[in-house]
Amino acid sequence: MKKIKKIKIKLNGKSKMVIDNYKIQNLIKDLKIPIKKVAIELNHEILDKKKLDKIKIKKNDKIEIVHFIGGG
Amino acid sequence: MINNKLTIANKKFNSRLIVGTGKYKNMSECAKAINLSGAEIVTVAVRRVNISDKKKPLLMDYIDPKKITYLPNTAGCFNSREALRTLRLAREIGGWKLVKLEVLGDKKNLFPDMIETLKSTEVLSKEGFQVMVYCNDDPLMAKRLENSGAKAIMPLAAPIGSGLGIQNKINIQIIRAQTKLPLIIDAGLGQASDAVIAMELGCDGVLVNTAIAKAKKPFDMALAFKNAVVAGRQSYLSGRIEKLLMGQPSSPKKGII
Repeated sequence: MKKIKKIKIKLNGKSKMVIDNYKIQNLIKDLKIPIKKVAIELNHEILDKKKLDKIKIKKNDKIEIVHFIGGG
Repeated sequence: MINNKLTIANKKFNSRLIVGTGKYKNMSECAKAINLSGAEIVTVAVRRVNISDKKKPLLMDYIDPKKITYLPNTAGCFNSREALRTLRLAREIGGWKLVKLEVLGDKKNLFPDMIETLKSTEVLSKEGFQVMVYCNDDPLMAKRLENSGAKAIMPLAAPIGSGLGIQNKINIQIIRAQTKLPLIIDAGLGQASDAVIAMELGCDGVLVNTAIAKAKKPFDMALAFKNAVVAGRQSYLSGRIEKLLMGQPSSPKKGII
């Protein structure tokens, strides 16, 4: 059986192991994050939410997923 | 009442009270206070999604952005780079262009860093944002912000969360006289009478968070601020009497027995 290669990324400041070539869209789906309520940044670049199925996660990628919370 | 709508960047609002959504005990208390305040605009912060605890209540589940205008704020940003990043992310969440810029310069007094604020206003305006700018009560800086494309000038009454009320009425009046942009007092109000004073100085609105959220009875205070803003506006438009040094009797002298 072929061994699944895993890579280390940073997600919202914390280390996480994901499958190599994992698409951002799948990450969002698997985390059950409501896509309409968030914005996503990959290595400090804001991603177009319509193109998430085209972007593959690479080793050491820094991903930030943000939303609105209460604030002054 | 004439001219009773608040217009910001061509959008009209019935309420002149803007409220913050921070510092409440929980989301349902926040939502109820907002409802009682009558506010149609609320400030919100952009923060990381809690990946590990997805059961945490979401702001959008309590306050419907289709009914209440979300005003993304850069609270907690201490330079232009952070502020721009925050608001660009806010726009990506759902197309928000009307934003509040707040770039702080000092962690203790929370005064705005006006050089970073001015730089950010220029960049954001060029990028198509409609920027409401938190600023010092400095008429010259307010003019520069206006010339840089700001859509609303939001001078502080006093340091954020201090509850001290308007410290420099003269500066607020000078800013009022020089600008046609919406002038909204942001930060430092402590009680409803502070909002009355702001409105009587000719401001177009006030932004309140701590004074409501941290009041012993937040719901009653939300209502008090709602009424204060209406009373203050009405008083301003009614034209106050002249201030006199000496007394003037209210009853006619003629016919005194």
